[in-house]
Amino acid sequence: MCGIVGLFLKDQKLEGELGAMLASMLCTMTGRGPDSAGFAVYGAGAPGQVKLSLRAAKGYDFPALAQGLSVPADGVPALSIRGTHAVIEVPAAREAQVRAFLAARHPEVAVVGSGTRMEIFKEVGLPSAVAEAFALPSMRGTHGIGHTRMATESAVTTAGAHPFSTGTDQCLVHNGSLSNHNGLRRSLAYQGMTFETENDSEVAAGYLTWRMKQGASLGDALEAGLKDLDGFFTFVVGTESGFGVLRDPIACKPAVMAETDQYVAFGSEYRALIGLPGIDTARVFEPEPATVYFWERAQ
Amino acid sequence: MNAVMPDTTFDLGTTPLRELNAALHKASAESNARRWRVLNPNGRHAVAVGIHAPLTVEIEGNVGYYCAGMNAEASIIVHGNAGQGVAENMMSGFVHVKGDASQSAGATAHGGMLLIDGNASARCGISMKGVDIVVKGSVGHMSAFMGQSGALIVFGDAGEALGDSLYEAKLFVRGTVKSLGADCIAKEMRDEHKALLHDKLTAAGLAGSVDISEFKRYGSARNLYNFHVDNVDAY
Repeated sequence: MCGIVGLFLKDQKLEGELGAMLASMLCTMTGRGPDSAGFAVYGAGAPGQVKLSLRAAKGYDFPALAQGLSVPADGVPALSIRGTHAVIEVPAAREAQVRAFLAARHPEVAVVGSGTRMEIFKEVGLPSAVAEAFALPSMRGTHGIGHTRMATESAVTTAGAHPFSTGTDQCLVHNGSLSNHNGLRRSLAYQGMTFETENDSEVAAGYLTWRMKQGASLGDALEAGLKDLDGFFTFVVGTESGFGVLRDPIACKPAVMAETDQYVAFGSEYRALIGLPGIDTARVFEPEPATVYFWERAQ
Repeated sequence: MNAVMPDTTFDLGTTPLRELNAALHKASAESNARRWRVLNPNGRHAVAVGIHAPLTVEIEGNVGYYCAGMNAEASIIVHGNAGQGVAENMMSGFVHVKGDASQSAGATAHGGMLLIDGNASARCGISMKGVDIVVKGSVGHMSAFMGQSGALIVFGDAGEALGDSLYEAKLFVRGTVKSLGADCIAKEMRDEHKALLHDKLTAAGLAGSVDISEFKRYGSARNLYNFHVDNVDAY
């Protein structure tokens, strides 16, 4: 099973409530995925800065880590701790250096995503507990995606929870199961991609990243995925400016969308959408199979 | 909205769904309460399932999976959209979805009439066993897959692989068919089929709303009923 939710705001007035709306949608999908949950929120960002979403054991001393990352020119990086995760802001020019430092000196810290605006949080447990642990209802932003997981293809671990980062400011959530992920993982590894888990969805995320590294747009990468990914999937993909939706050609996994003047929302089931403002008069529809959908903010 | 005042109203915003279904199961042809109204379904699954009495149930809003499943005798009207498997395994009665229906509408249904005002998505009428399904919009891929009996009538278009592995269900489509499934072929529309279509549309309350001569008929080529090694690629 698994549940997916996504919310893209058109109306800036709702941005302060994004987290609360997403949390409500996520919790309604508990029945579809009680093993773990996660979400990505696109909030504020500063030019030239990059946010690294980090994960470590409970009670980890993130302030000490931030101190260790300080340099005289920039001082101590801004740090925001939420449960087992922390978001640390560093100059974009230093991202590679910081990542190398973390990999070499702090193997106990995982980088779950990075971007100018994207923050990713995920943990094992019921969606309500995960939303509360990270104070999701208090978050503001322009759009966000979330996932509740019922594990089928790999173990129930935090690393196996969604969303999976697919690149800077990009992430993916998946409902379904891929049947060619082992072969595809080997081919992508041969191309230089690295994977943290045995999870099939991480391979889908890596595949899209690889396509985009080769110059494909996200839309083109999703289109190519229809040919190269074998199995069942409904994907929701978050980017800096919006989100995309793709279902496999058989439309094996459910998807329902609602659009109003204020937002575009995605849910695995209509139930996930009922708390949204104006849902009674929203245009409610099912995305077509094998069709790439995309909603973007005006730049 | 309702034309007649209901005898009983259930608000699913305040009353558990199980209480509604239990009350519907207790009702019979002798019950005083024959007209039921359900408020705030909010996409809940299994609303008004397993009714076995000539009741009228009006549901004011969108429903989730399997609404009106296993229905016998009742008229169930959904003033909204329906999720997967609406009227699945219906035995008799009438189910009317005023909006769109999701996948597998009318799956395995043995009898009665399922009327969908909007579109139905994939696998509409999958394994249908005698139900009549009228869709005023279009249907998605693999509709009437392995359909055994009954009629699927589509005012709009049909998606890929219509009638794949079809048995004796009769398919009528007014618009285009993206592709036909294995062993499904276009067939001549003779007078008897026009009469049949007219009867079904009359039963759905739609006589005269469309021109019957605009429909094409599709049915089984009956080549895959029994295994034959020459057909092995088609199975």
